[in-house]
Amino acid sequence: MNLQQKYVAFKTILIKEWLRFMRIWIQTVLPPAITMVLYFIIFGNLIGSQIGGIKGFTYIEYIIPGLIMLGIIANSYANVVSSFFGAKFQRHIEEMLVSPTPNYVILLGFIAGGVVRGLTVGVVIFLVSLFFTHLQIHSLFVTVSVVLLTSVLFSLGGFINGVFAKSFDDISIVPTFVLTPLTYLGGIFYSIDMLSPFWQKVSLINPILYMINAFRFGILGISDISLLASFAIIIAFIAGLFIVGLYLLDKGVGIRT
Amino acid sequence: MPTALSIRNLTKTYKNGLTALKGISLDVREGDFFALLGPNGAGKSTTIGIASSLINKSGGKVFIFGKDIDVEFAEARSYLGLVPQEFNFNVFEPVVEIVVNQAGYYGIDRKRAFAAAEDCLRRLGLWEKRHSAARELSGGMKRRLMIARALVHGPKLLILDEPTAGVDIETRRAMWDFLRKINAEGTTIILTTHYLEEAESLCRSIAIIDRGVLIENTSMRRLLDTLHLETFVLYLKDPIRFLPELPEHDIQQVDDATLEVSISKEKSLNKVFTDLSCHGIEVLSMKNKANRLEELFVRLVNEKAAPASPARASIA
Repeated sequence: MNLQQKYVAFKTILIKEWLRFMRIWIQTVLPPAITMVLYFIIFGNLIGSQIGGIKGFTYIEYIIPGLIMLGIIANSYANVVSSFFGAKFQRHIEEMLVSPTPNYVILLGFIAGGVVRGLTVGVVIFLVSLFFTHLQIHSLFVTVSVVLLTSVLFSLGGFINGVFAKSFDDISIVPTFVLTPLTYLGGIFYSIDMLSPFWQKVSLINPILYMINAFRFGILGISDISLLASFAIIIAFIAGLFIVGLYLLDKGVGIRT
Repeated sequence: MPTALSIRNLTKTYKNGLTALKGISLDVREGDFFALLGPNGAGKSTTIGIASSLINKSGGKVFIFGKDIDVEFAEARSYLGLVPQEFNFNVFEPVVEIVVNQAGYYGIDRKRAFAAAEDCLRRLGLWEKRHSAARELSGGMKRRLMIARALVHGPKLLILDEPTAGVDIETRRAMWDFLRKINAEGTTIILTTHYLEEAESLCRSIAIIDRGVLIENTSMRRLLDTLHLETFVLYLKDPIRFLPELPEHDIQQVDDATLEVSISKEKSLNKVFTDLSCHGIEVLSMKNKANRLEELFVRLVNEKAAPASPARASIA
């Protein structure tokens, strides 16, 4: 397969994934938008107006980057884990496995599908947020790169989950019991400066904290964490998970007998 | 003639300890229509799964048009089209998308993929259903969809694992005609089936696997020639109540107007007709009973099976 053919195969997987989640947009794109409207109304306007500002921003302005990131993380992960597990379950992953498409292209295709869904949901939440507050982007480069990298990272996470999943329960365990708690404890609603020194240190082992803060820097220009540390952590996780994901595909774990 | 598929000492032991293949070697010539037969659990689907990269082998080598599936996997896979036993498409996707996407996985750009998909879907009578979700198709249509998908990239070798299982007679006959046509156009076909009439009717070469061992690999004609007896069905002009004593012949009465006669290939049928005429029985028409391969299959599998399990060749 030459480079052009590999690109066609990659694009095919991406289009297939995009069509898949857009075909069921009521299940994939609409719910996060509605959830975020509720967050904005309750935590932003009703409770937020009683809380006051954090680091010079109103409470709703402070939490919006974290809420956008919450949507991106959850949807990137959910897209790949459900799509890959569905492909295994219905066995149409075999369509790719019998073809000459290399495993890394298959992996990149699924990641791209997760990124596109994450970005779609992120843009929808961002647009919804404009009804509640006025946001100015502090650094477009940081904002876009953090969104893309985080989306890639959680797409990879979803892929690995999908490889090992044997039932539909298995694809909801990690999002429910790992991702959601880590995201909520990753500084969406508060600054870790508000925590005691002990809990500040504990928070630092949560990788999602780095992503939310880097994204908040991109939009608001403030962060609890060094930007360099955030990028280093995200890129290191991506590299590690990509190697694991490719290894699993090469070995055929869960997909080849 | 070049070899389309070459298998050398292929072995497969599953994690549960089951040895499905015990060193199979066989060649399928380019342009052949090849039957791969065997009882349930014989190792047919494992062989096909390994050739199509869906199952990891334990040992041995597989070459598709000379390309090692381990070394030159992309080229080897590009020659191959697979129609698996189970439906394995996304049932929520429209028919045309399933076929177009499959072409995409072979590096065919979307414009050419649509043209190729249209051609395949039209040939298989599915073009009118192109916008339907796959789950809305009938069983026969789903089988045809899998054939269209397997052909969209123009493979030189098509492997079909029980393609007519569960389809009605009309659809089966139409699929036979289609397979004959693409074989005549140059596509090498390997077929597994439990309908031995299908294998006898379509295939020129045959291999029989049992318990992971190749027990026969020859041409269909040569295999059928090993039969010493042939059975003919005779349709009588007038009904008879009882079959008269004809000790020279092996004749069974099926019903009051049908007889079955088994006769050695060296013997003439004229004597049968003469003796029947002597008893006032007139034969209106006759046909060769199409179970010759079935007889051989059962005999071969039973002859070469372990003594502990006689008559294990269930073919249904």
